[in-house]
Amino acid sequence: MNRNGSIIHMSGIRKVYDTGKVKVEALKGVDLEIRKGEMVAIVGPSGSGKSTLMNLLGCLDTPTAGSYELGGDDVAGVTRDELAEIRNRRVGFVFQNFNLLPHISSQENVEMPMLFGGVPVRERRERARDLLTKVGLGDRVDHKPTELSGGQMQRVAIARALAMDPAIILADEPTGNLDTSSGSDIMSIFNELWKQGRTLVIITHDPALAKRASRVVEIRDGVVMNDHMN
Amino acid sequence: MITIHDVLAQLLRDVRAEKLRTFLTIFGIVWGTVAISLMLAFGNGLHQHLIVQTAGLGDRIVIAWPGATSIPFQGLGKGRKLRMTDEDVAYIQAQVRELKGICGEYENNLRVEYNAKTISVDTAGVNDVYGSMRNQVPSPGGRFIDALDVRDQRRVAFLGDKLAADIFGTIDPVGKTILVNQSPFLVIGVLKKKAQDSNYNGPDNQKMFIPVTTYRALTGEKYIDDLIFQPPSAADTKKTIDAVRTALAHKLRFDPSDKEALAAWDTTDQFKFFDNFMLAFNTFLGIIGVLTLIVGGIGVSNIMNVVVEERTREIGIKMALGAKQRWILMQFLVETMLVTAIGGAFGFAISIGICSIFPKAAEEFVGHPEVSPAVALLTAAALGLVGLIAGYFPARDAARLDPVVAMKL
Ligand SMILES: Nc1ncnc2c1ncn2[C@@H]1O[C@H](COP(=O)(O)OP(=O)(O)O)[C@@H](O)[C@H]1O
Ligand SMILES: [Mg+2]
Repeated sequence: MNRNGSIIHMSGIRKVYDTGKVKVEALKGVDLEIRKGEMVAIVGPSGSGKSTLMNLLGCLDTPTAGSYELGGDDVAGVTRDELAEIRNRRVGFVFQNFNLLPHISSQENVEMPMLFGGVPVRERRERARDLLTKVGLGDRVDHKPTELSGGQMQRVAIARALAMDPAIILADEPTGNLDTSSGSDIMSIFNELWKQGRTLVIITHDPALAKRASRVVEIRDGVVMNDHMN
Repeated sequence: MITIHDVLAQLLRDVRAEKLRTFLTIFGIVWGTVAISLMLAFGNGLHQHLIVQTAGLGDRIVIAWPGATSIPFQGLGKGRKLRMTDEDVAYIQAQVRELKGICGEYENNLRVEYNAKTISVDTAGVNDVYGSMRNQVPSPGGRFIDALDVRDQRRVAFLGDKLAADIFGTIDPVGKTILVNQSPFLVIGVLKKKAQDSNYNGPDNQKMFIPVTTYRALTGEKYIDDLIFQPPSAADTKKTIDAVRTALAHKLRFDPSDKEALAAWDTTDQFKFFDNFMLAFNTFLGIIGVLTLIVGGIGVSNIMNVVVEERTREIGIKMALGAKQRWILMQFLVETMLVTAIGGAFGFAISIGICSIFPKAAEEFVGHPEVSPAVALLTAAALGLVGLIAGYFPARDAARLDPVVAMKL
């Protein structure tokens, strides 16, 4: 964490996708500062660069240019193993398409980050069970993702994101594949997490959901167009 | 902090998840191992069988007897009787370096007693090399005379199978003590039944063999009866016989062209056909073996390759959750090794099973097939290695991608 309490500090971030034939500049110089405990909604039209931004925030991808400090540490020039550790300990991801491992149970999916984080087996089991109970899936620990509804899968994903107790939760259109009622369930869980003091960054198309955030950042065509507190 | 337990647990989950694919990989390795193990088992069995059937007298050997000179030499008249000692044999061995083996053989009737039985047995004093040169294959549980027996002048005896039956009946002679010219001798082996259509001094199944040193001490005999040697190959026999005769001529002073001074029986003629046949047969086996390995290798590597491609998304997810590259690769390595080990073990077991139910009646014609653990191990390892290489690089490539790229693939 740096001096002014910001947990995320991006400046001049650019991302160019080079597919060989064409180059797409998805982000054209983004400056973004997020303080601890904020709940930020990132909105904008499809193709504007929201997912690209989130992948960079979560160290799933590396920027073409610009600097990024996460929790006060410069992420540029960090080794792949160190990036893996950052993803493991500092952030939790929730994706639009869940990205659960299909062949294993909810319980095992939630244990996965703790496995990579070196948490002892017993603690892993207990914590995974606790988290699943907290998101309302205490009776679904042995189900595989294919045996769950979309809303349930997303709740498994949230439990998994919380497994290593990260300071930041990153969610990319978490309700995008859900019906309205499961979507609002998920949003309530996020609100709860926010109240507990976690920092949340949520990408969404839904203006109603954006209203529940403390701050809305609007991305358009790879740049930040608008940034205001609710 | 990731433990072996974690790796194995993860592995079990993945294997459970992809039953068909795991089955196919294991099947590929089992198939290759069985095919190659059986092929070599039967090939070897047949080879041994043919040797026993056609080479009862010996394996490409020449048998030679010192005779009398027929040409005057350096003032010595013809008709001189020649006698050879061990020293002469050692001299030949030193002069004719290319010999694969040489043995001077002493031979006489000795008196053998066991329990109340006393019989006169045609006995040969020989060295350890004699065993392989003359194809004296022991029955299971016994052995032929070895170098230590010769060095230490041990009182041990190797019996022809018919002789053993005459003395011992149905009792296993190995480990029993007999009296030879009143000295106790330990029986160390019995000849495995072999076909022997020609002989000198009688067929091996009625003879007894003791270490050459022991023989000399027991009988006081100084002169050998005959000389057995093995040319480097069946094609060089004539040249080798001449070299041996020349060396002996130098030592015993006779004309090197005097064929009667050292009469030689070349038994290698029958091997010309045998060698050609075995060459063709082994070439055939080799080609089939290589083809099997190639086909098996392609199968296994294809499956491994597909697996990694299918799994790239999962690898991406795992990396997003904090898995390091070495975890991904370690899992892959352990998994491949385990699959290989299981496949190899099954393959080995199946091969042994097939050999054990192979009808005894058929063994009379094609010999006894015996699976070699080394062959099974090597085959499975080779296939596993192919799979490992085929899977390792795609796995490493996947683990090198940015997680987001891997997840989208
Ligand atoms: N892996 C990629 N390769 C090439 N172009 C990409 C890739 N990912 C995204 N893009 C492009 O970058 C732009 C931003 O994409 P994205 O960040 O996914 O937008 P959003 O999430 O706001 O819909 C789009 O034009 C998209 O086509
Ligand atoms: Mg998107």
